[in-house]
Amino acid sequence: MNTLVIGLNHKTADIDIREKLAFDGPKLGEGLLTIRDLPEVKESVIISTCNRVEIYLNAGNTEKAIASIKEFIARFHGIRKESLNDALYIHHDIEAVRHIYRVASSLDSMVVGEPQILGQLKEAFEFSLKHKTTGILLNRLFKKAISVAKRIRTETRIAENAVSISFAAVELAKKIFTELPGKTFMLLGAGEMAELAAKHIMNNGVTDILIANRTYQTGCDLAKEFSGRAVPFENYPNELKTSDIIICSTGATDYVLTKSQMHKVMKERKNKPVFIIDISVPRNVDPEINTLDNVYLYDIDDLQGVVDSNIHERQKEAKKAEEIIEEEIETFARWLSSLDSVPTVIALRKKADEIKAEEIEKLINRLPDMKIKEKQAVEQTINSIINKLIHAPTVALKNSSEDKDILIATIKRLYGLEGNNEKK
Amino acid sequence: MEIILFELALTFYFAATIVCVLELFKGTKTTSLIMLSISVVGFVLHTINIIARYIISGHIPIANMHEASSFFSWSIVLLFFYLEYRYKLNLLGSFIMPVVFVMMLSSSMLPRTIEPLSPVLQSYWLGIHTILAFIGDAAFAMAFGVGIMYLVQEHYVKSKKLGGLFKRLPSLQILDEVNYKLITIGFPLLTLAIITGVLWAESAWGSYWRWDPKEVWSLITWFIYAAVLHLRLTAGWRGRRAALLSIIGFCAVLFTFFGVNFLLKGLHVF
Repeated sequence: MNTLVIGLNHKTADIDIREKLAFDGPKLGEGLLTIRDLPEVKESVIISTCNRVEIYLNAGNTEKAIASIKEFIARFHGIRKESLNDALYIHHDIEAVRHIYRVASSLDSMVVGEPQILGQLKEAFEFSLKHKTTGILLNRLFKKAISVAKRIRTETRIAENAVSISFAAVELAKKIFTELPGKTFMLLGAGEMAELAAKHIMNNGVTDILIANRTYQTGCDLAKEFSGRAVPFENYPNELKTSDIIICSTGATDYVLTKSQMHKVMKERKNKPVFIIDISVPRNVDPEINTLDNVYLYDIDDLQGVVDSNIHERQKEAKKAEEIIEEEIETFARWLSSLDSVPTVIALRKKADEIKAEEIEKLINRLPDMKIKEKQAVEQTINSIINKLIHAPTVALKNSSEDKDILIATIKRLYGLEGNNEKK
Repeated sequence: MEIILFELALTFYFAATIVCVLELFKGTKTTSLIMLSISVVGFVLHTINIIARYIISGHIPIANMHEASSFFSWSIVLLFFYLEYRYKLNLLGSFIMPVVFVMMLSSSMLPRTIEPLSPVLQSYWLGIHTILAFIGDAAFAMAFGVGIMYLVQEHYVKSKKLGGLFKRLPSLQILDEVNYKLITIGFPLLTLAIITGVLWAESAWGSYWRWDPKEVWSLITWFIYAAVLHLRLTAGWRGRRAALLSIIGFCAVLFTFFGVNFLLKGLHVF
């Protein structure tokens, strides 16, 4: 039984290679079933996302399995085998366990701590379960990886801080206003970035949206998309009084919001707080506005700064996560070694001896005046019964190479040997 | 017996304060639950202590500085529980339990003897006047704590350095709202306390107002909070300025309570 992972990710392969090697749509089922039938492959799971393609295996002979998988990948995706060598990484046994733990808990992701990968990993596992390509090893490995990822999620703050500009903006808005629903939101100028931020803000429950764009028609189109209201660009100053959140990206070369203008607006608003996000370069909002009470102005660099420091936070948390992973690897390694045939044979023998000792003691208690000779005879008989009973399973354990892990698991289960070796 | 209760309450408040301060560094749901349970135990012991003193002395136990500080702390904790229940402001305890502890500590260092009430104070006004005054002051103490929380959070947002407590402190808007709410509770109580004081003074000393230092400072405090409310409603002084004013206001409260007694001599026993 050999744990094996062969794959590539954003660090080892460019997007065009990843694209070519992706198992998307019907390819996933096709690929999985082909791999299942390869020699030396006992169990398999394919994870295929936009940032990684990985094949997890329980292999008989590792060398042969690697060769046939490489062959398969090249053939299946129609590329030359040699071109794979640089992109592919291969991890064995404990290294493979470490790898999947790191992948599941998003330590191996492009954005450390992003939550999607765990879901993708679960899906891949469930897909394999449905197609019955997994068994005792990969079932355990994937379930463990999922629980390790969850443990890391709760015990560290790896996924806590926003690491994209739009998320950072929403996070800030929530610390300025208690609730976003009920707030009025104005989009001053429409660019791609502004739209993205707008979408995030709308997702957080803001329904009242105004769009003031230089090209009125574009504003109207956007308004339709967000079910908001377009206003002619010249009219935006009139709307400032009622706007709680303003995203500004007009492409103007001068300030469209000045300090004195904002000062007046704040008076009209009776100082109700305003959150202004200026994502235009050059800036469209006078930075001095931030000195006004109850006005909070963030420009693109400020938001980037927030994101950077959050990323730094995540990296610190990632260290804690790595420690947890080392701990969990040890647990898994113990389970793996308990699966080996030798400990199972020993455990089986031990169990038999325990039963024997117990029963002999009971017998002596019942028949205290048994002679030594008689006692020896009884013991001998018991011994030979035991030996004959456990002979067949012992031989089977020692000899079988095919389906050995299933056999071990079955014997452990039938004789009640589970748990003894594992939980210590 | 009632002394032991007081000491126990003080100890529990101290423990709660320690947990509160630790919570600033690393807080979870469990720590705040521990803090709350410790405070509740302290509060129950404290309440029994106050009742015991009432039974022993036969009058409302707010007749000397020790009792007054103790009752002041008690009112703050009571209000703290109300806010926890009503608003669940994260980290509020860290900003208010230290105030309670310091107040209790000063109470513990003042003479605790139960003395017979001087004839001047023997009146039903004693209970009404002092309870109104202290619940009002407790609301101002809470507003002070919430005001500090506001300033800390505002500093994070304005300076654009979102580390430290930024994540765990409540939003600016809710802090501002609660600060305002507390002052609208405290102000009418203070007003009533002054009115009952005036009426009591007339019946006890024969004149409504004698420009006693305590009276003067109460009036100053009243003007500060009147200004907070007035500026908020007319000039829209909210947020940072309102928080600052509520902090200044509480300093006036503290001076009226402690400073006047120790620095200036007057008719008020406390």
